[in-house]
Amino acid sequence: MLLIHCPYCEEDRSELEFRWAGEAHIARPENISAISDEEFAEFFFLRNNEKGLTYERWRHIHGCGRFFNAARDTISDKFLMTYKAGLPKQPVPASGEGETR
Amino acid sequence: MSGSSNSGAFRIKGAGRHTPARTARFTFDGKTYTALEGDTVASALLAHGVHLLGRSFKYHRPRGILTAGPEEPNALLDVSRDAARRQPNVRATVQEVFDGAKIASQNRWPSLKYDIGSFNDLLSPFFAAGFYYKTFMWPREAWHKLYEPIIRRAAGLGEAPKEGDPDHYASRYVHCDILIAGAGVAGLTAALSAAATGKKVILVDEQPEVGGALHYASTTIDGQDGYDWAQATAAKLKAMPNVTVLTRTTVFGYYNHGFLGLTERVTDHIALPGKDSPRERLWQVRAKKVILATGSIERHMVFANNDRPGIMLASAARSFLNHHGVAVGHSVGVYTAHDSAYEAAFDLKRAGVSIAAIVDSRSNPGEAVLSEARALGIDVLAGHSVKDTSGRLRISSMTVVRNGGANARKIKVDALIVSAGWTPSVHLFSQSRGKLRFDEANQRFLPDVYAQNSISVGACNGTDDLAELIDEAIAAGGGSVAVSGENRFEWTGGMIGAAEGAGPEHAVKAFVDFQHDVTAKDIRLAVREGMHSIEHIKRFTTNGMASDQGKLSNMHGLAIASEMLGKPIPQVGLTTFRAPYTPVTYGTLIAHSRGELFDPARKTPMHALEAAEGAEFEDVGNWRRAWYFPKRGEDMHAAVNRECKTVREVGGVFDASTLGKIEVVGPDAAAFLNLLYTNAWDTLKPGKSRYGIMTREDGFIYDDGVVGRLAEDRFHVTTTTGGAPRVLNHMEDYLQTEFPHLKVWLTSTTEQWAVIAVQGPKAREIIQPFVEGLDISNEAFPHMSVAECNVMGVPSRLFRMSFTGELGFEVNVPADFGPAVWKAIWERAQSLGACLYGTETMHVLRAEKGYIIVGQDTDGTVTPDDAGLNWAVSKKKTDFVGIRGLKRPDLVRDGRKQLVGLLTKDPKEVLEEGGQIVADPNQPKPMTMLGHVTSSYWSENLGRSIAIALVAGGRARMGETLYVPMADKTIAVEVTDMVFVDKEGGRING
Repeated sequence: MLLIHCPYCEEDRSELEFRWAGEAHIARPENISAISDEEFAEFFFLRNNEKGLTYERWRHIHGCGRFFNAARDTISDKFLMTYKAGLPKQPVPASGEGETR
Repeated sequence: MSGSSNSGAFRIKGAGRHTPARTARFTFDGKTYTALEGDTVASALLAHGVHLLGRSFKYHRPRGILTAGPEEPNALLDVSRDAARRQPNVRATVQEVFDGAKIASQNRWPSLKYDIGSFNDLLSPFFAAGFYYKTFMWPREAWHKLYEPIIRRAAGLGEAPKEGDPDHYASRYVHCDILIAGAGVAGLTAALSAAATGKKVILVDEQPEVGGALHYASTTIDGQDGYDWAQATAAKLKAMPNVTVLTRTTVFGYYNHGFLGLTERVTDHIALPGKDSPRERLWQVRAKKVILATGSIERHMVFANNDRPGIMLASAARSFLNHHGVAVGHSVGVYTAHDSAYEAAFDLKRAGVSIAAIVDSRSNPGEAVLSEARALGIDVLAGHSVKDTSGRLRISSMTVVRNGGANARKIKVDALIVSAGWTPSVHLFSQSRGKLRFDEANQRFLPDVYAQNSISVGACNGTDDLAELIDEAIAAGGGSVAVSGENRFEWTGGMIGAAEGAGPEHAVKAFVDFQHDVTAKDIRLAVREGMHSIEHIKRFTTNGMASDQGKLSNMHGLAIASEMLGKPIPQVGLTTFRAPYTPVTYGTLIAHSRGELFDPARKTPMHALEAAEGAEFEDVGNWRRAWYFPKRGEDMHAAVNRECKTVREVGGVFDASTLGKIEVVGPDAAAFLNLLYTNAWDTLKPGKSRYGIMTREDGFIYDDGVVGRLAEDRFHVTTTTGGAPRVLNHMEDYLQTEFPHLKVWLTSTTEQWAVIAVQGPKAREIIQPFVEGLDISNEAFPHMSVAECNVMGVPSRLFRMSFTGELGFEVNVPADFGPAVWKAIWERAQSLGACLYGTETMHVLRAEKGYIIVGQDTDGTVTPDDAGLNWAVSKKKTDFVGIRGLKRPDLVRDGRKQLVGLLTKDPKEVLEEGGQIVADPNQPKPMTMLGHVTSSYWSENLGRSIAIALVAGGRARMGETLYVPMADKTIAVEVTDMVFVDKEGGRING
């Protein structure tokens, strides 16, 4: 079970309290009714689904209820960082994991 | 050999750690035995010379005890206290004896000694690896009638109890700084070190006492016997406030982010457990750091007929002797490729057991053990192999041959102890997603790259030297303590794969995986048949599956596959270790989540009153909703027909409390709803309500419901019963992330309001006397009005609305007042001839009016226009969720599936929901399907059936005849509009 840091509650909480909400940093076009079919497809249907570092949204649905952004490594399932909704894409901190002991 | 006849003839006086004063009696296959307290079922039976404990899975070969621990593949027994407290597949080497235990062997009929299934052993050429996949392919019809029943009867281990489990199970969440898995020398030392730092430490061991290998090994630590040191250390740790020591507890899973699953066996060893004690306890631990001190597991030798009862691991024989005081035989043979087995022979010899010979497949055993063997007068046959064994229900001899030689000789033995070396237990490390490396010199996989904050110490890390191991453990714990220890012998050797005489050129049964009857031959066959990946080989042969999870069989299987493939072991790779490490009972995993607590039932405030009126309930999500209210002698059909007629002719009372409700408040509430619904809300006046449709960005209908405007800045939004949580989530998502500039507050009020729908011509007459301070005449309070008022003195929200097409009201009162108001309204309604009705009647009545149900008549690919609701989509708004999606070419093309009505040509025929619709029933298959039936009912009001369907180009097909082919007939239908009753809609304004 994942341990997720809610940037609003500022606490590490169990995955049970959260719900995944898809890829992050996809803004709804302000002029949405005017965009082309291709632009709409890009906005609504197409996702990167990257292996490795991915930016995604989570909601602390059984906690404060807030949506926020997270950088997660989909290979290790590690959360590299979480930050509040509305902030631009954040650079991930260097990881000290994956070492030989 | 002298032994107490009471606790078994093989009990050795002076050996072992149990006191003869404390005994326990149990039965095995009906016969009573006496054990000593502290015995496992295995040690207790061995003490009485009982080696035959079960039959193997496939060939029904006689099997005994191979190990003294949780890796046991053979000795799986049925252990019970009573009929309900019975558990199959319990490992005899783990289960402690308790007074009164009833134990039975499994997988045999009619008896363990004469098992008819053993016929399979003679048929074994037909039961080779993959035989299921090849044998039962045809004829197809034979599968259900012949093969499956036979396989089902023959397959499986043990028999599940039929009664419900009367025990209860507990569950606990814990956080700690350091969790240590395994309390042998390494784990205990690491715990001492970690505890000294003041951190919160949990030390876990699966055995009843700490000590690990110290149970059998001749090790001196801090100047005292290793086992005694372990117990003293545990006592010291337990006394520390920052340390928790858990025994009889298995770390079965190591998951993400330092999350571990532990199962603690609380009462399985107790004769009379206290009533309040849980049987087992699940610990869900979040550890900042994990120290893995899980030790290693001895491997068996792979040679012909290596599975007879009486053949066991050398370390197991040592445990039985040194811990339990039991000799595994009178005349014991040793077959080994590793020095460790010598020490077992030394211990047995000193205890007075005769050692027939040590057969060592190596030509150069360790010097120290060789000279000790000589000193003890034990015959060592180095460079020899055991080629075969004999003995029907227990080994009686081993056939020994010089490696490469021809002259075999038989040596009589009544037990044979074996060792091919030690496999580090890297299960938990591997579960934590750590990466292993292959240690070529010692032919083993060891932890290499860590994925989590953990560290392996001791045997599981390949650290064999005791002094090194202690240093490693102290360093891992992070504290500073002093522990000193020494072993009597240094160990060398080990082998993996088939031994001499079991190679590819020999057609012998040399078992790799005892539990699944997988032989070396089977693994070679798998490779020959094209399985070149170790994962495929595993599945084809079932090697290492089920409870083994690579404990005994993995390395041998891998070596044999690697030899066949001609590839080095690291290139063949290792199969994945899966949690749980050892089997965990369902009871532990579900703990309290059973029966009523399995899934919470949501009940409306009026539930009990409805039940008292005889309601039948149906599950709608987690809700229990009143389905229909049968009177004496009525079946569902009769009750629903009566309810449907009564509502239209007089009136009916319906519990609509489950409807989702969201309070949308704030200066921008109307602007927000404008963005979330297709309709326009700024034009809605306070005191009015409107039917709204919510689409997703793709333009498909997501939810619907009536929204009432109570004030400029306050809306009472209703959603479908099932949709409430996701609609609120959807709204929150947009509010927080796309439209955060809007000043709006959303609150779920579903459970705050009890909703009593009163429908029918007498609806106004029914509620009139209860409504205070509000004129509810048709003129003052027309259809789609909403007002706050008092009902029976309770502050209420009254809606004039209808999901039946009749004059209707929905009375919202605070949930706690629901029952009282419902009771009063129902009493009056009853006196006026109205009825109670449930969800089934609600469904029929709304279908008679062509009102859709989102999720039944729509399926996530239906647009408002497809549903005939284009009028509800604002043409003036410049933005709402779905506005762009609705313009997509596929959503505006001709010929889309549209909702229409269907009338069967035969009015008595009721279509099946889900039935497919075609234009020409005689076309060749596969037919072109035009759509499907979404709703279908018998309408008592119309005296005929009605249906709603999604049909391609449906609205252009009015009057057309279409067909619904069923398995036994084809039903002709006419396409109509969706409104079957009161097409003019006058009744609603009554």
